[in-house]
Amino acid sequence: MNEFLLVIHRDLKSKDASPSPEQMQQAIKPFQDWIGSIAAQNKLVNPPKRWDADGRVVKQNNVVLNGPYAEIKESVGGLFLIRANDYDDAVEIAKGCPIIQWGAVVEVRMAVPTT
Amino acid sequence: MNDQALIPHLFRTEYRNIVSVLCYRFGIAHIEEAEDLVSDTFLAATEQWSLDGVPENPRAWLYAVAKNKTKNHIKRDALFEQKLAVEIKYNAEKSEAFDIDLSQKNIADSQLAMMFTVCNPVNSPESQIALALNLLCGFGSPEIADAFLTNKEVIYKRLQRAKEKLKEAHIKIQQPTLPEIAERLDTVMTTLYLLFSEGYYSTSQNTTLRKDLCLEAMRLNALLIENATTNRPSANALLALMCFHASRFDARLTADGEAILYQEQDDTLWDKNLIAQGTHFLNMASTGPAVTKYHLEAGIAYWHTQKENTDEKWQNILSLYNELLILEYSPVAALNRTFALAKTNGKAEAIREAEKLKLTDNPFYYSLLGSLYSDLDNGKAIQHFEAALAITNSPTDKVTLARNIERLKT
Repeated sequence: MNEFLLVIHRDLKSKDASPSPEQMQQAIKPFQDWIGSIAAQNKLVNPPKRWDADGRVVKQNNVVLNGPYAEIKESVGGLFLIRANDYDDAVEIAKGCPIIQWGAVVEVRMAVPTT
Repeated sequence: MNDQALIPHLFRTEYRNIVSVLCYRFGIAHIEEAEDLVSDTFLAATEQWSLDGVPENPRAWLYAVAKNKTKNHIKRDALFEQKLAVEIKYNAEKSEAFDIDLSQKNIADSQLAMMFTVCNPVNSPESQIALALNLLCGFGSPEIADAFLTNKEVIYKRLQRAKEKLKEAHIKIQQPTLPEIAERLDTVMTTLYLLFSEGYYSTSQNTTLRKDLCLEAMRLNALLIENATTNRPSANALLALMCFHASRFDARLTADGEAILYQEQDDTLWDKNLIAQGTHFLNMASTGPAVTKYHLEAGIAYWHTQKENTDEKWQNILSLYNELLILEYSPVAALNRTFALAKTNGKAEAIREAEKLKLTDNPFYYSLLGSLYSDLDNGKAIQHFEAALAITNSPTDKVTLARNIERLKT
């Protein structure tokens, strides 16, 4: 088993963002069930937290910007750690994320095993 | 209660009371003497009462005799006196009167102090439960052996070793201080939870004994709640959980101790009074910010006291299982979550989720798949029930599984 980071990116900036706040509201229950399903397989390392949409961006020369975004439209909406055999297994789990259908993107990264 | 039933009943309740008070007073080092003194007291009672009849106030009689025997023992036993002298110096405020305080208040204080001593992690959880049954509940080795499905020699040895360990570690018997409560209440509650489960899920056919174990766990849990310092939300949640489970005690077993599935229970046998008490303690548990596994399990048990299969009920149960699994994974919770998912999202989705669990050495994994496939694909359902049958050790589960297979084949 390896550890994987699942990072959910979504548009927090645009007025007509997708997923919209209504879609996010609708997704609460499916999202909880998705996390529950990962936990039921004993593959949840760290549960997701709720992050605010405020955020700061820190850059070279002491530049601090408002907003959770860096240069692109999508910002980090959530992140958590899971256990999976390999990328195929982790990707299969990530596909269950209920807001992908509305444009959210899930980034899957494997932790480099420490030897 | 007639005289024949009175002595064993008094023995159980007063044995633990007097032993706790003596241990609380003199320390764990004198535990055997305390037990011998109380046993002597009961021997004297049995002899005297069979000649003269039971006295008007048998409890007061026992207390008076136990006090006298203790005083005589102290006078006689120089070694005890020597050891005690050290402790008296140590514990000056207690040394003034040489009386043994058997008031309700001191009995409750002693039991609470003993609870924190007995549930000490120097002993394994198994030994802690055996000790709790012996010292806090007044059960003898034969009864404990019956509950654990083993023989009384094994239990006797386990108890002796556990008591030795407490002595060697010089565990003090005292009122838990606030930092100790924070540190140790979890261990105490785990032991009470296991004690309750031992009664609730034991495969012992002795239903009276099983119910007694549950009631004892509830009595000890109530002691935690009666004391202001240990009256924590989590302790209330645990008691709520026990009340809800215990409310189904008479509905979940046949007269021969065979299990009746939840869906097939006669809900008129559910104890409304215990359900109301459970609801009260669950409300009391909801006062702090912390959500423990006992809160979640009590919530799940609460929804199970609602017989009607509404969508709200199963959605809530599913959410609570999600949270429980996020907090602490267990195969049982994973299987039960999948059962709840079948109720909310249908069998097809539940089957896909169940197959991801891959708990292939767990008979309940196969019996869950068996029931999910029943009426969808009976061939597969039979295969799964047969797989469960092949690996289960429980005689009652074997009967149920064979019955399921039989039903699907016809």
